[in-house]
Amino acid sequence: MSNKLLELKNLKTSFQIGDEYYAAVDDVTLTVNKNEVLGIVGESGSGKSALAFSVMGLHTRAKIEGNILFNGKDIANITPQELNRLRGDELAMIFQDPLTALNPLMEIGDQIAETLILHNQNMSQKARKERVIELLNMVGIPRPEYVYEQFPHELSGGMRQRVVIAIAIANQPELLIADEPTTALDVTIQAQILDLIRKLKNDMHSGVILITHDLGVVAEMADRIAVMYAGQIVEVADVHTLFENPKHPYTRSLLNSVPADGQDKLHVIQGIVPALQNLPREGCRFSERIPWIDATHHEVNPVLHEVTPGHFVRCTCHKHFYFPDKTKEAELHGNSRS
Amino acid sequence: MWKFIVRRLLITFPQIILLSVLIFLMAQAMPGDALTGVIDPNVSLEEKEELRERLGLNAPWHEKYADWVGGIVQGDFGQSFRFKMPVTELLEQRLMNSFWLSLMTLLFTYLMAIPLGIISGRYNDTLLDSSITGYTYLGFATPLFIFALVMLWVFGYQLGWFPTSGSVTPGLEPGSMEYVISKFNHLLLPALSMALIQTVSTVQYLRSEIVDTKQKEFVITARAKGASESRVYNKHIFRNSLLPIAAFFGYEISFLISGTIFVEKIFGYPGMGLLFLESILLRDYSVVNAVVLIFGVAAILGALLSDIILSIVDPRIRIK
Repeated sequence: MSNKLLELKNLKTSFQIGDEYYAAVDDVTLTVNKNEVLGIVGESGSGKSALAFSVMGLHTRAKIEGNILFNGKDIANITPQELNRLRGDELAMIFQDPLTALNPLMEIGDQIAETLILHNQNMSQKARKERVIELLNMVGIPRPEYVYEQFPHELSGGMRQRVVIAIAIANQPELLIADEPTTALDVTIQAQILDLIRKLKNDMHSGVILITHDLGVVAEMADRIAVMYAGQIVEVADVHTLFENPKHPYTRSLLNSVPADGQDKLHVIQGIVPALQNLPREGCRFSERIPWIDATHHEVNPVLHEVTPGHFVRCTCHKHFYFPDKTKEAELHGNSRS
Repeated sequence: MWKFIVRRLLITFPQIILLSVLIFLMAQAMPGDALTGVIDPNVSLEEKEELRERLGLNAPWHEKYADWVGGIVQGDFGQSFRFKMPVTELLEQRLMNSFWLSLMTLLFTYLMAIPLGIISGRYNDTLLDSSITGYTYLGFATPLFIFALVMLWVFGYQLGWFPTSGSVTPGLEPGSMEYVISKFNHLLLPALSMALIQTVSTVQYLRSEIVDTKQKEFVITARAKGASESRVYNKHIFRNSLLPIAAFFGYEISFLISGTIFVEKIFGYPGMGLLFLESILLRDYSVVNAVVLIFGVAAILGALLSDIILSIVDPRIRIK
């Protein structure tokens, strides 16, 4: 039996702007295994959420090309009915902002119960209520019977995120996509929510895609990491390799931007992620932000190269990359942190 | 929720009292009194002054106000000098007619607004939506009194489908089936004319609210649960979009009142609006006062009703 839960093959998600289509997710090939956490990191606008929405089929006006194989079945272009049977059951998602992710006019309990109703009509009302209470307990909400009848505005952000998680795990999904689940929460709550996601994943043996821009979060949670830039995967590796031996200039720049002890100046990546319409159509997409690297070092059509088994890097520019200002990275490597 | 309703009701009483004071003071500010017009011109000024004193017309305003309000509380709005009958009796007939006309108009308004608004909002920026939006712009631009005249001319006179005036065919036994049908028949055209114009603002509100709500994140949550599009609309988007419509309901009542004034005049429909216009033209002040007071109270109650509906629909404004 294959261990592959989700396989993306040359996934391309494009949006129409004016008369033309622009790809927010471009040529993404990835796998998520069972009982594995895949972290996806990148700056805002790098296409992380667009990728998650593509897998869930939540884009309303996008053109999706390529394959999304879920348990070996292509779900990229299935009918809405088939998709609705998967969503909320085997495929589930945790959203970024718990303050807006719940219906303000519906009781908490009813919102969780809806997921159960949609995928199991035979469940009795009593059993359903018991299951909702059980779920509320699982996500660590105190006094679940009381919270059952509360409305979202009566709960704090952290509690609401727990409810959102309860909705997602109600039917024990095989694949759980967490789209920046802790971004809207304060730091103390972040750790609790991450612990909760990890615990639930271990209990249910689900595959998890954890999307974040917080490198600390992926370092702690993920088994493997995919780094995205401007809609493309630029580097994939297991978590140790990526942190110990990052290759792609973008990954190295990201890691270099994290503050370290005794450092008085942070490394800043020049410029911003280009807007969708302004993406370079060919060549290395990161080249604009490392202008000191000679143009000839980039590939004309950069592809992912397997540098060591399981470690993929896009473009050849990483072989010639260096930081113009000798900052943290040099120090770190001098520090021999094995 | 009951706490909210009780608290809201308590606010209503001072509103109504303030309204009555304002109406009374404005009536007082109008020139002349009961002895200016109706009385024999041969009565001398001294005698008039004596009569004024005796009838309490020289009393300070708060005493006169207390007298007026005291009468109203007992159901006495005074005498109409034009109809030569108690205002209360006069109002009774008219009030029921206007009530049915307003109810029918409201019914038509929402029967049209809700489906049109939903279609327009759900399928926004399609041909269907553009036609509905086009109709709403036409509705906004068309004055009610012109539109009502056209309706009357086309369906009343040219096609002859509907009666052209009155509230019931004369000579029918009140309470009989024919009487009820005739009443209904007389209501249809004025109510429809008003509703076709009134409904456009509600269609627009509902449309923009749905367009807004369907981009909210909880809608994505619902889709991610595996809810079908129709369920997403019925269970999540629609209810959230109704809030402003409920909030708007109170104003709808006020528009309705001003609308009935035109429509009743055009269709010769004997309701409060027609009575109001006639009484102003004939300076029948006791009637004007009574009608304005009732219109005002209706608007206040409309706002009360919309707040109560809102508190039922939206848990966020309930007081715990």
